[in-house]
Amino acid sequence: MTATLLDEFELGLDAPICLTWELTYACNLACTHCLSSSGRRDPRELTTEECKSLIDEFERMQIFYVNIGGGEPTVRSDFWELVDYATAHHVGVKFSTNGVKITPEIATRLAASDYVDVQISIDGATAEVNDAVRGPGSFATAIRAMEHLAAAGMKNFKISVVMTRHNIGQLDAFKAIADRYDAQLRITRLRPAGRGASVWNELHPLPEQQRALYDWLVGNGEKVLTGDSFFHLGAYGDALPGLNLCGAGRVVCLVDPVGDVYACPFAIHEQFLAGNIRGSGGFTTVWRDSELFAELRSPQTGGACTKCSSYDVCRGGCMAAKFFTGLPLDGPDPECVKGHGEPFLASVAAGSTPVPSPDHSRTGRSNLVPITIGRRPDRACDTSPLA
Amino acid sequence: MSPEREASGFDLDGAWEIHPSVAVRPERFGALLYHFGTRRLSFLKTPMLLDAVQRLSSSATARAALSDSGVTPAETPTYQRALAGLAATDMIRERTAS
Repeated sequence: MTATLLDEFELGLDAPICLTWELTYACNLACTHCLSSSGRRDPRELTTEECKSLIDEFERMQIFYVNIGGGEPTVRSDFWELVDYATAHHVGVKFSTNGVKITPEIATRLAASDYVDVQISIDGATAEVNDAVRGPGSFATAIRAMEHLAAAGMKNFKISVVMTRHNIGQLDAFKAIADRYDAQLRITRLRPAGRGASVWNELHPLPEQQRALYDWLVGNGEKVLTGDSFFHLGAYGDALPGLNLCGAGRVVCLVDPVGDVYACPFAIHEQFLAGNIRGSGGFTTVWRDSELFAELRSPQTGGACTKCSSYDVCRGGCMAAKFFTGLPLDGPDPECVKGHGEPFLASVAAGSTPVPSPDHSRTGRSNLVPITIGRRPDRACDTSPLA
Repeated sequence: MSPEREASGFDLDGAWEIHPSVAVRPERFGALLYHFGTRRLSFLKTPMLLDAVQRLSSSATARAALSDSGVTPAETPTYQRALAGLAATDMIRERTAS
């Protein structure tokens, strides 16, 4: 990637290269690190017609594909209708799912379309490691979905893994699972966003694990996808393949289930809220004219980091990771591989970090403590959306 | 095989076209390319390269497309490498005789 192209991207484009669209906050799982604090559906979620108008806008802006997530997007009753509508309007769909709705019939349908790609999420290569984060039974559900996709002849679907302290040692095992199902492994960085903010201290990789991850990525090259999320590791040596910059509000953004537009999927907080697609100018106006995005596209100072010899590679790291750990946005990444984040982290007063909002966690069960048998939901709407 | 082709693996004297599964979005720096089949994204880093790529299907050879876009002989090896990269990822493909 040439510096001039990176400079162009930092100034922003007239339309995102791709965007993340979370269709619902409803989810049958309650992963401890959920970026969007999902669980319960929000009554204000976009209607089917609003979703279709938004897809029309994506088509006009020539956004090639959208990454659909949630919550668990497939629990929306109009999910397949929206997928079909998007692909008919030349907007490709990659959707992330825990696999709960991937039946043999659906798998056959997915295998037949060039314009739909699917990502099955697991966060451990064994049920033990996975279910500790994603909940009991979630590993079995995901593996069953993979079996259905492979049996239907779906090639190159993605297996998506968030890297934690407990699964970095399983990298080769994840790769073996992907190979077994003719799938492609995609690993991404744990962000301290949403419920992830509460578990980040216990789950984020240790410094020696970051080094092992970098070496593994260098060894496995472009065969493994990363969502370009590990660019901060480039400071170990050579930059990793992909776009090595923060694309928030410049080349990517997030549309949440109620139509709010945030700078990136890891920054669901009012400070990074650019507007709502229900406004008169729609998504296009938010993308092109919001004050927040204009600011993100203006030249950044880089603060103390500009003096670092690795600044050209890591560019100060991840904005959301800094924000939710209480670090200055022009300071180092909390996981700076040179250790520059540590003194900053040590100086953050307990309880002073920003609280992720909004929170759609189901309150009927704790996110951090295993479910106690027999405990009833506090309110009707706290029950599983699949029930 | 010409020495040029050996160097980059790209035949400038062949007839080429944008793959039918590829969408092109012009940008001020050049263009974004997306292949719906392979789900890969690519960048055309200059407007001149975009112009040349868009001329491929109506040009007898890739060399003619480059020349009609104003690519000079001195610049041709750079553009040939760029086309080789696009061919390697299936963004452009050889045209079969019709």
